[in-house]
Amino acid sequence: MGTQCTGTGSWPNCSTSTCWATPPTLDSDLSQGIQPVQGLALCTLSTMGSAEMCRDLAPEVEKLLLQPSPYVRKKAILTAVHMIRKVPELSSVFLPPCVHLLHERHHGKAVGLPILCFSSVDRRIENRMGTPAHRRRVAHTHRHTRNRLSCPWPPPFTSPTLTPGILLGTITLITELCERSPAALKHFRKVVPQLVQILRTLVTTGYSTEHSISGVSDPFLQVQILRLLRILGRNHEESSETMNDLLAQVATNTDTSRNAGNAVLFETVLTIMDIHSAAGLRVLAVNILGRFLLNSDRNIRYVALTSLLRLVQSDHSAVQRHRPTVVDCLQETDASLSRRALELSLALVNSSNVRAMMQELQAFLESCPPDLRADCASGILLAAERFAPTKRWHIDTILHVLTTAGTHVRDDAVANLTQLIGGAQELHAYSVRRLYNALAEDISQQPLVQVAAWCIGEYGDLLLEGNCEEIEPLQVDEEEVLALLEKVLQSHMSLPATRGYALTALMKLSTRLQGDNNRIRQVVSIYRSCLDVELQQRAVEYDTLFRKYDHMRAAILEKMPLVERDGPQADEEAKQSKEAAQLSEAAPAPTESQASQLLDLLDLLDRASGDAQHPPPLDPSPGGALVYLLDLPCAPPPPAPIPDLKVFEREGVQLNLSFIRPPENPALLLITITATNSSEGDVTNFICQAAVPKSLQLQLQAPSGNTVPARGGLPITQLFRILNPNKAPLRLKLRLTYNHFHQSVQEIFEVNNLPVESWQ
Amino acid sequence: MLEESREELMRFMLLFSRQGKLRLQKWYLATSDKERKKMVRELMQVVLARKPKMCSFLEWRDLKVVYKRYASLYFCCAIEGQDNELITLELIHRYVELLDKYFGSVCELDIIFNFEKAYFILDEFLMGGDVQDTSKKSVLKAIEQADLLQEEDESPRSVLEEMGLA
Repeated sequence: MGTQCTGTGSWPNCSTSTCWATPPTLDSDLSQGIQPVQGLALCTLSTMGSAEMCRDLAPEVEKLLLQPSPYVRKKAILTAVHMIRKVPELSSVFLPPCVHLLHERHHGKAVGLPILCFSSVDRRIENRMGTPAHRRRVAHTHRHTRNRLSCPWPPPFTSPTLTPGILLGTITLITELCERSPAALKHFRKVVPQLVQILRTLVTTGYSTEHSISGVSDPFLQVQILRLLRILGRNHEESSETMNDLLAQVATNTDTSRNAGNAVLFETVLTIMDIHSAAGLRVLAVNILGRFLLNSDRNIRYVALTSLLRLVQSDHSAVQRHRPTVVDCLQETDASLSRRALELSLALVNSSNVRAMMQELQAFLESCPPDLRADCASGILLAAERFAPTKRWHIDTILHVLTTAGTHVRDDAVANLTQLIGGAQELHAYSVRRLYNALAEDISQQPLVQVAAWCIGEYGDLLLEGNCEEIEPLQVDEEEVLALLEKVLQSHMSLPATRGYALTALMKLSTRLQGDNNRIRQVVSIYRSCLDVELQQRAVEYDTLFRKYDHMRAAILEKMPLVERDGPQADEEAKQSKEAAQLSEAAPAPTESQASQLLDLLDLLDRASGDAQHPPPLDPSPGGALVYLLDLPCAPPPPAPIPDLKVFEREGVQLNLSFIRPPENPALLLITITATNSSEGDVTNFICQAAVPKSLQLQLQAPSGNTVPARGGLPITQLFRILNPNKAPLRLKLRLTYNHFHQSVQEIFEVNNLPVESWQ
Repeated sequence: MLEESREELMRFMLLFSRQGKLRLQKWYLATSDKERKKMVRELMQVVLARKPKMCSFLEWRDLKVVYKRYASLYFCCAIEGQDNELITLELIHRYVELLDKYFGSVCELDIIFNFEKAYFILDEFLMGGDVQDTSKKSVLKAIEQADLLQEEDESPRSVLEEMGLA
């Protein structure tokens, strides 16, 4: 039976049929009193015990908890830990023995018990009715143990007060109990002084050499006790106070030359951070972490950076003191370390240190590995936005980021920068000059090119004026400017959006520059036959402007007013497009800021919904008129149920929508989609995705499954929650993917004929 | 039920060679076979791609992985929760020390040919992912006893005798 247990012990998979067969054997193994067998049975139980097994065998394990032999007891304790994890209700079963175990530790009964155990086992063996083979085997075991009278299985620990294996197990069990049950937590808060005492003894008077690692007494036990103290002291003033002294003691007395000491120190720091510790103690913790940062061991620097990141919100000033060290860590060769250092550095930027920090971060940006570039760039831009001391500094910073890591910035960086420049009137000349210089050097970084093109278009006249105090005087020729923009237009590196910017900039220059516009007109007419539809459309419009509406050109192309950030883009769109709409037959051109032309699900809906200029007329509520006529006080009539809608049908697979508007929340719409299958083949891997216009909020809940069996099998249902506070018209686009008849099917479609009651 | 994040639970421990051969796997949380294979494959790829000078901790899926290379074997532990990677390193080291003491200058071949002993030692040292005993001596003593027990069992017996029917 022992070997059988061994076998199962290495198949840690609860779903095999062996699991069902083992409980009776496990039960008898546990109760028969032979320690190695019991040990193995407990091991099996703790590795593969399913919830049912744990429930059934809990009484047995409980008995073993109080059994004299430390060998079995320590295993029983840890098995109890597993059982509680699987079946939290068993906490009540294991709580009383726990208390007993902890108390026992201090009365030193441990020593005499193994001897008792030995003799009682002896007697049990003689009485045993087993097969001859089994008895022979068992007798062999005890022959050996009988010969070692002074040394029963296994040798007892001679320490009078503490049996470490059991103490460690007990602490682990108590930790698990306190995590699972608030009642246990409350109960065990009372033993905090006891725990403090145990730890204090460990740290000061030391332990046997067999438990210490490189000069630190029993670090595993120390860490476990500290963890328990953390749980007990969390959100509890009194316990936290009891621990303060001890934590300070551990923090200062632990030898940190090797990893074991650092592990204990780290756990102490984590505990200090989590409980209600005194301010001085918290500063001590942060300083320890700061010291860790200077440690030559990479692992320790890693844990220090991670923990400081967690602390930076709550103890900002303490962490600030270590800022230079953190910044040094940016130079790490290990990518995970430099990433952490980057996050921490960004978190440490504030208004007083922003210039210095930005310098460091920009230097880092130039040399950092590519996967960190995007994060670094966006971090710098965000920090610059929050703490920029002057606008000029801000513009400089963004410019620098764009030139260094232009391809990695987020899409809205362009919009933000144009917004920023537009708002800083005094800096127009400065910005346009700098951007022109940058553009002249390099036209490959798209965000930079876009901003530069826009700027040159808007403020081209300032560029040509020639004098600006903040930068060396630059003589720029009209022809040079036009040549540069043409170069951008023709370059194969330019994205379609960038070319759009360049073309519009050229147009604007036609009013800003003094010379005649032949060159510009030429370029514009060339692009009338461009293959890119967007450019072609613009070119046609601009050409028409030149030819037929020249008198309006100046007015249309004058400087743009400052755009409201985050406001609807509608007014600036309206300004440019209203005139253009009157001029040409084509649809109005989108604005500068709408650079990307991705035909996303959402984009399609959003653009289209932007066309709807006026809100739809509200229907009168169904039962309203009746109530008025009858003039009786009655509850508002329940909303009429909205009819179901069949939205999709293909080869027997059908999708239906049913709508519910809960009366207590008028903005909420619940749609249940039901997928049914009347064909001969199963539908598998069914996934349904949905998109709604941006003004609505959509939440998809998990579907009931992803398979619809053939011939009318159990359908799949999925719930959508749509919040529509503005009563915007509901549009719904669905994307289905599934496998049917061994083919994968993908369908994207918009739901038509949505009932009006679903959104009004 | 308390809502705070779980404290340390070791999910699994893996031993694999530099060539990507799995030598030992111990799972402390029930997972399906398919899921396990997938996790092992992925994790091995990630760990084997690490350069020698990098730190021993990495984040993978939602777990923290602590690994250490001893000669040609990678010892890998996946822990969850918010804490102490350093003590897990100590744990790995302790396990290696136990193997070393038992096999006498352990090498990968020892583990390949005596993998069941490696599992026994692990089961005496850790249970359910928690340390059972912090004393090397007592763990090794227990293994010794178990070995003796097995040796006595070596006498050949018929199948019926094994089942207790003869």
